[in-house]
Amino acid sequence: MSELAFFIDYSRCIGCRACVQACEECDTHRGQSMIHLETIERRDTVQTAPQMCMHCEDPVCARVCPADAIKQTPDGVTQSSLKPRCIGCANCVMACPFGVPKYEASIDQMMKCDYCFDRTSIGKKPMCATVCPSQALTFTTREEIERTRRGRPINEWRFGNEVVRTKVFVLVPPATTQVDVGLGDLVQIRAGKKASHVRPVAKDDVAALLEDLP
Amino acid sequence: MAKLPTSVPLLVDRFGPHTHTIPPGGWTSAEEPDRTVKTHCCFCGQQCGIQLKVKDNKVVGFEPWQDFPFNLGKLCPKGVKRYLQGDHPDRLLTPLERVQGEGFRRIDWNKALDRTAEAIRRIQQEHGHDAFAVLTGASLTNEKAYLMGKFARVALRTANIDYNGRLCMVSAAAASKKILGYDRAANPWSDIRKSKCILVAGANVAECAPITTEYLWSAREAGAKIIVLDPRMTPIARTVDLYIPVRSGGDIGIFNGMLHVMIERGWIDRDFIAKHTTGFEEVERAVRKYTPEYASKIAGVPASMIVRAAEMWGPAESSFLLHSRGIEHHTKGVENCMAAINLVVATGRIGREGSGYAMITGQGNGQGAREQGQKCDQLPGHRDIENPEHREHMANVWGVLESSIPHKGLSALEIFEAAHARKIRGMILLSFNPMVSLPDQRFIREAIERLEFFAVIDFFLSETARFADIVFPGSLMEEDEGTTTSAEGRVVHHRQVVDPPGEARQDWKIICDLATRLGPKDKFAFASPKEIFDELRQASRGGASDYYGITWEKIDEQKGVFWPCPELDHPGTPRLYEGGRFAHPDGKAHFQAVEWRPAAEEPDEEYPITLTSGRVVAHYLSGNQTRRIGALVKQTPQPYCEMHPRLAEKLSVAEGDFVRVESRRGSTTLRALIVKTIRPDHVFVPYHWPLERSVNNCTIRAIDPVSKIPEFKICAVRVAKAAPPSDDHVKLAPEAGGLR
Ligand code: SF4
Ligand code: SF4
Ligand code: SF4
Repeated sequence: MSELAFFIDYSRCIGCRACVQACEECDTHRGQSMIHLETIERRDTVQTAPQMCMHCEDPVCARVCPADAIKQTPDGVTQSSLKPRCIGCANCVMACPFGVPKYEASIDQMMKCDYCFDRTSIGKKPMCATVCPSQALTFTTREEIERTRRGRPINEWRFGNEVVRTKVFVLVPPATTQVDVGLGDLVQIRAGKKASHVRPVAKDDVAALLEDLP
Repeated sequence: MAKLPTSVPLLVDRFGPHTHTIPPGGWTSAEEPDRTVKTHCCFCGQQCGIQLKVKDNKVVGFEPWQDFPFNLGKLCPKGVKRYLQGDHPDRLLTPLERVQGEGFRRIDWNKALDRTAEAIRRIQQEHGHDAFAVLTGASLTNEKAYLMGKFARVALRTANIDYNGRLCMVSAAAASKKILGYDRAANPWSDIRKSKCILVAGANVAECAPITTEYLWSAREAGAKIIVLDPRMTPIARTVDLYIPVRSGGDIGIFNGMLHVMIERGWIDRDFIAKHTTGFEEVERAVRKYTPEYASKIAGVPASMIVRAAEMWGPAESSFLLHSRGIEHHTKGVENCMAAINLVVATGRIGREGSGYAMITGQGNGQGAREQGQKCDQLPGHRDIENPEHREHMANVWGVLESSIPHKGLSALEIFEAAHARKIRGMILLSFNPMVSLPDQRFIREAIERLEFFAVIDFFLSETARFADIVFPGSLMEEDEGTTTSAEGRVVHHRQVVDPPGEARQDWKIICDLATRLGPKDKFAFASPKEIFDELRQASRGGASDYYGITWEKIDEQKGVFWPCPELDHPGTPRLYEGGRFAHPDGKAHFQAVEWRPAAEEPDEEYPITLTSGRVVAHYLSGNQTRRIGALVKQTPQPYCEMHPRLAEKLSVAEGDFVRVESRRGSTTLRALIVKTIRPDHVFVPYHWPLERSVNNCTIRAIDPVSKIPEFKICAVRVAKAAPPSDDHVKLAPEAGGLR
């Protein structure tokens, strides 16, 4: 049996926030959600995009951490900062290309998604991917994805000259092999956030759809 | 008299809604739960399987139930946070009586029951049996729904029992019964996944039936084309193959227009129609004039969209129709649904894997609660209260004379109209919050205030319970055991998870105690909900919704049983109408010709904008439960008025400005949310909030002549930029009706 992996399909997301609410119920950080649900631009569209840690193969967040507080497990899970080490400098918050880590002022520490380590390490699915009603977030095998989805799972990102590979996959149209971020046709999620791979909104203007009314 | 005993802010201060944000034991409690109980979420008709974690007789959290077949562990935010309605600071723990000028004070259980029984007796003696009404809910278990019907007809002998399913499913039910014979989704949800063309009419699936989204997306991945009809581009509409921004009330234009094109191009199944249906000639005649151009004027969308829809639906190899409140909440709600179902029957694509039809039931037990005899026109088993054989069957089950069973009574809204006219003098209400959910709130309040006696059973002091003379503390779903029937027609088992707190009692015990005081003691001597279920099985036996062969054990073994299930060794019936056998005595489907007609109130010069109302994903119905759960309140704290930038520009309204939405009946002032995802001639306001923030101040008290559903989806309003409101309630927390 092949390994279970995390897949995100932004086109499925319905913005219900079950992932955000369920993340808060996960035993390791109960009361704190580690997922952001980005509303792209509510004026223009109902599109939303969940953003959890992508678990980079070579995580920038860990690289830039002056206190060496961010550790990666042998199976590639980049964990939240270690309590005694984190100095709350927020370097990781600035460096992460996906805008994932959050600096929690109340505990003076960086927190982020750690792949529901308490669950995935014992063969359970992460909380968010279990509950997600649309299965925009799904935790399953590669074969199952290939059998049931039209999109192609990729985990390679290009940020300018830098290529980042992640443990988490996103589903993209079949011809795509790499997501090129920040080169024209991709949008900034919102001011202050890092670039994202979400396509710009096409025609979600209902008035425009009605334009050729007799 | 049913009056507010003191000011709303004082009542809110004591009884909420306050938000409960932290689970019992705190967030960090790492202790192992005492047990984890498999049960179901109660916050919509999908009835997702969920496991609740219990510690010291309190629900402290949840764990997904991944092998329950309907949702496989999936949950929406309401399901995730539902456990926080337990151990709530607002929870009613003792019976209460109203003290005018002060509020409520504790009263002893026996006194509360005696006073209520006495009031019922007095009102019925002075004004007749029907002067006392019973109002119930579609969130109740099948057992309680059955008991309420028996309570009204055997203990009270009043014709006037109805339920809030009257605001939810009745149009779909009536249409489906007329054409197909049964009032139930024709297929299990698993058939959606196998369909090649899906028409979603007036169903905001993403927010009101979130789990259904995955069924739609699975079908899409397997090549299905999806068509969505909605005046708003809902989250599912954004990525489907064809989104039709139909104007509210224009749906018949789409359906009849599609059928017109399908007939013209030969995309109907003449063989099937000849063999398995009646009435197609009239339909064919009726749709003749619905050319795409004519239909487009009714629907308010380009004719090309209607043609495109017909091109997708007509020749499809398999197809599935889904509809819900968007086409049902109309004074022509039944006609809307019939026009839609005609499209299914005309293609013969029903009763097969991947082909069929489902209405998406909204309320927790929207399906089951309408089958067990708490509708004013039905006896258990979907039996007709005016049919002599059906009456005789129930007389035998209940051990009463057939002549003692009341005849058809008034529907929910009509009961309030009768109270307003002082024909109904007293009322007992369970699981219903009309002071949020009924249209024309000013009128509803007047009607309640005219009651001589008003008793409410609830676990929280709802906006409606504030008017009660006596309030009985009832039970949450997790504090009682019983069954519900999901949108699929699957009967599921809710296990008791914890005991009711304080002096609160299970609702069925309260009703039995009251019934016993009113006379027929032996008829309400139930020792458990299971005994009620066993009587329900007998009562439904031989009826359309036959539960006779369903036992709680079978439900647990099979993870749900679909009705009809007529014998103990019968596995249940997930898919209806197989082989073109319909549920009418002649075995055929009965086409119904439908002609479009306007809404009760169309926009005009004075009130030029169409108001439509609906739900958001974070809240359930009147919000009596979800406006008390911190995480859900945080997700959507208050209502708003959605409008298109073009309309906003015309009205000089900017994002976040206060706007006053005003109809001939009343108004609400809220903040504007300016979005391109709505028709420029419509505004939308979600309905879960009370007082000055209730969109139902504006909605119209007009009902469908057949189903008696109110027209929540269309009325005429004017909208204007407003100064920050300064009403008595604006400073309350948003969950209580304030505004931020
Ligand atoms: S996504 Fe951001 S937080 Fe996660 S591993 Fe990569 S750099 Fe670190
Ligand atoms: S739970 Fe799934 S559908 Fe809902 S917001 Fe999260 S990713 Fe989107
Ligand atoms: S509200 Fe409905 S969709 Fe959400 S978890 Fe409960 S039953 Fe499932």
